[in-house]
Amino acid sequence: MKRIGDRIFKSVAFLSALLVVLLVVIIGVLLYMESRAAMDRFGFLGFIFRDVWNPVEDEFGGLFAVVGTLLSSAIAIVIATPVSIGVAIFITELSPSSLRGLLSAIIELLAAIPSIIYGMWGLFVLAPILRHSVEPWMIEHFGFIPFLGGKPYGIGLLNAGIVLSIMIIPYISSIVREVFSLVPDVMKEAAYAVGATRWEVVRNVVIPYTRSGIMAGVILGLGRALGETMAVTFVIGNAYRIPSTIYEPSITIASSLANEFTEATSTLHLSSLFFLAFVLFLITFVVMSLGRLIIMRMQRHGV
Amino acid sequence: MTLSSMSALVSIFFLLWILKDLVVRGIAAINWDFFTHLPAPPGEEGGGIRHAIYGTLVITAMASAIAIPVGLLAGTYLSEYARHGRFGLVVRFLSDILLSVPSIIVGTFVYAIMVRPMGTFSALSGAVALAIIMIPVILKTTDEVLRLVPDVVREAAYALGAPRWVVITKVVYRGAITGIMTGIILAVARIIGETAPLLFTSFSNNFWETNILRPMATMTVVIFNYAMSPYENWQSIAWGASFVLTVFVLVLNLLGRFLFRGRKYG
Amino acid sequence: MDKYIARVMDPVKVEIRHLNFYYGKFHALKDINLQIAEKRVTALIGPSGCGKTTLLRTINRMHDLYPGNRYEGEILLDGKNILDRKTDLMELRQRVGMVFQKPTPFNASIFDNVAFGLRLKGIRDRRELEARVERALRDAALWDEVKDKLKENALSLSGGQQQRLSIARAIAVEPEVLLFDEPTSALDPVSTAKIEELIRSLGRTMTVVIVTHNMQQAARVSDYTAFMYFGEIIEFNSTDIIFTRPKIKLTEDYITGRFG
Repeated sequence: MKRIGDRIFKSVAFLSALLVVLLVVIIGVLLYMESRAAMDRFGFLGFIFRDVWNPVEDEFGGLFAVVGTLLSSAIAIVIATPVSIGVAIFITELSPSSLRGLLSAIIELLAAIPSIIYGMWGLFVLAPILRHSVEPWMIEHFGFIPFLGGKPYGIGLLNAGIVLSIMIIPYISSIVREVFSLVPDVMKEAAYAVGATRWEVVRNVVIPYTRSGIMAGVILGLGRALGETMAVTFVIGNAYRIPSTIYEPSITIASSLANEFTEATSTLHLSSLFFLAFVLFLITFVVMSLGRLIIMRMQRHGV
Repeated sequence: MTLSSMSALVSIFFLLWILKDLVVRGIAAINWDFFTHLPAPPGEEGGGIRHAIYGTLVITAMASAIAIPVGLLAGTYLSEYARHGRFGLVVRFLSDILLSVPSIIVGTFVYAIMVRPMGTFSALSGAVALAIIMIPVILKTTDEVLRLVPDVVREAAYALGAPRWVVITKVVYRGAITGIMTGIILAVARIIGETAPLLFTSFSNNFWETNILRPMATMTVVIFNYAMSPYENWQSIAWGASFVLTVFVLVLNLLGRFLFRGRKYG
Repeated sequence: MDKYIARVMDPVKVEIRHLNFYYGKFHALKDINLQIAEKRVTALIGPSGCGKTTLLRTINRMHDLYPGNRYEGEILLDGKNILDRKTDLMELRQRVGMVFQKPTPFNASIFDNVAFGLRLKGIRDRRELEARVERALRDAALWDEVKDKLKENALSLSGGQQQRLSIARAIAVEPEVLLFDEPTSALDPVSTAKIEELIRSLGRTMTVVIVTHNMQQAARVSDYTAFMYFGEIIEFNSTDIIFTRPKIKLTEDYITGRFG
C-alpha cells in the first residue's frame, strides 16, 4: 500500500516535470511546422531578409519586423544598462541600510506593473511630450548625428525604446544587485584599507569582479525586451518600413503578431506570422540560453 | 556616485509618474456603474466592464487550477527526486527558457493547438495559455523553497517510518508552506496582468458570457481594445480598468512579500 | 591494531556481525562486531569522523535515503537480519526510532508533531491519540510545559523543549530501540541535564543507543560503551570498565583526554 502511494506520487511528479520539457520542445516544433508554408515559398533566410509586407498581394517578408525588433531593443538596452547598474550601485553600496529595503521594493514594484499599463502610458502621456518637447530638442541639438535628425513623431522607435527600458530596468538591476552581493567583503575591505573612496571601490573592485554577471543581466534584459508585446504595440506606430531615424514609426515581431494574427485571412499570411513567431522564439531562445549559461557558470565557479 | 543616485531617482520618478497618471485618470473613470454595467456604445456616457472583471477572475482561476498542481509537482520532482543529476539540470534549464518565451508566442501556440481545432476562441484556451506561463514560475519557486527545508527534518520523518510521499506532502510542504504560497501569489499576480497570450485565445466579448468554451472578455484585452479606439469614453474606461488591474497586481505583490517575511525555515 | 570486544551479560536486542559499510568507495565501517543489550543504554564514543554516527545510522538503515551506499555483514534485530533485501524499511523505522543532533520539529502544532507517527500507524481514534500523545509528552518530561498549548506551533518552543518534543514524537510510537545522535550538542547545560535524565529513564523500558562526543555524558547515562577509531570498534565493555580500567592503550589515551 505505502509503496504504491510512493510510486504514484513519484510518477505524477515526474510527468509534471516532463511536461515542462515537452512544452518547450512542442512549442518550437509546432511553430516550425506552422511556418512551413511561408518557408517553402520564400525560403528561410530569404524570408528574414525580404523587405515587403503586403497582405493584399499576399507577399511577405520578415525584414521590417526583425529590424524594428532589434532596433527598439537596442535603444532600450542603451538606456537601461547604465541606469540599471546605477540603481544597483546606489542600492547596494551607497544608500543607508534603512532605505535599502524600501528602495528595492519600489524598484521591484516597477517590474510588477502589467506591461499594458506601460503601453497606455507611453501612448497617452509620453508620446505627446516626446513629439512636442523632447524630440524637437534632440533634433535641434543632435540632429547632425546620423539617425538623430529628421522630424519628430512621438510614436515610434524612441518611444518604444524608452518604455521598454523602463520595463527592463528593474529586471536588470535586480540581477546586477545579486551579483554585486557575491563580491567578497574582504576584497572591498582591502580596497578601503588602502584608502580607496567608495566610488573607487565600486569602479575598481566591484564592477571588474562582476563583469560577467552584469553581462548576463543585460543579456537577460535584452531577451525580455525582444519579446515584449503590449507596451511596444501601443507606441511603435506599426509601420512596415525601415526607419531612417530613431523617431520614426516601425514594427516589431511581437506587435505585428498582436495586430494581425486574428485578422490574417490567407493561409500564407497566417503562416508568415507563425514564421515571425518562430524567428522570435529562436532569437529569445538563443539570447536567454546565453544569459542563463553565464549565470549557471557563475553559480558553479563563483563569479 | 551622483550618476548612480540619479539613476535610482529617475527610476522612482518614472514609477511615481506612471502611478500618478494611472490614479488621476483611472479614478476619474471609476464609479459604481463601472463595476456593475456592461460597456456603453461609443460616444454614450457611462458603461462598465463587469463582464471583463468576471472574465479575468474566471480565466485566472482556471489557469491557476491547471498550473498550480503541475508547477508544484514538477518543482517537487526537482527538489525531492532530481536535486542533482542531468535530468534536473535539463528541466531547470528548459523551465527557465519557458519562463522567458515571449508570452505572445504562447498565445500563437495555444491558438494552433486549441483555438483552430475547436473552431472558436474560448476562455478555456486563454486559461491554458496563462497556465503555460504560470507553470515555470511556480516550478522555480517550489524547487527553491523546498530546498530550504533542512534534510534533517526529512530524516526525522523517515525515522518515524513515513513513506516518501507522506514525508513530502505532510512535512516538507508544511515546512515550506509560506514560500509556496508566496510563489503562487506572485505567479497569479504575473498572469493577471497578461494581455498578449489572450489576444488569440480568449479573445474578447462585449457581452456577458459565462460559457468557458466561448470567447470571454478580460480586463487586459478590454484595456487594449478600448485604449486603441478613437472614442474618448472608451479610452477613459481603459484607464479605469488599468487602475483596477494595477491595484489587483500591487495588492497581490505586497501580500506575497508580506507572507515571505514569515517563512519558517532558512 | 589491538581490540577488545566484550560480550554482554544481558539479553541481546541487536547483534551486529562483521558489518562493513561503504560510502561509494570510502570504507566507512570496518568489520564491526557489537552486541546491544536489551533495555540498556549503549554509548558510542570516539573522535569526530570515527564512524560512530555512521554506525548508528545503519541500525535504522537511514543511509538508504541517499544513493551510493553498500552494506556487508549482518545486523540482527531480535535474530532477524535487517540488512536483508526484503526488509520493510518503514516498518523497521517504526521499531527503531531516532533522535537527531538538532531538534527537528515539523511546522505543525505540538499535538500533530507527537501524533505524526501514531497516525502513520493508522491510529485515527481521537481519544486514543490524545491519550498516547499525553503519555509520550509525560515520558519526555514536557507535558507540564505544553499541556495548555498543544495547538500552538512546535517551532515556537525553545531549543531544549523542541528536542524533548522530538523525543516525545519518537517514543510515541513505542519503538523497541531508540537511537540518539548527539542529542544534546546543540543545547544549553540545563536542557542537557534534563535530556540525560530522560535517556537514563528511557533506558529502563527500551533499548537505547547514543552517540556522543562528550565522555562524561557517556559515563553518566550508559551501561555499555563502545570506543571507535577510524571506522573500527577498538574496545567494547561495560561503561564502568571502559572508564576505570580499559584494556586497550588507545582507549585509555582517549578517555584521559590525550587526544580527540
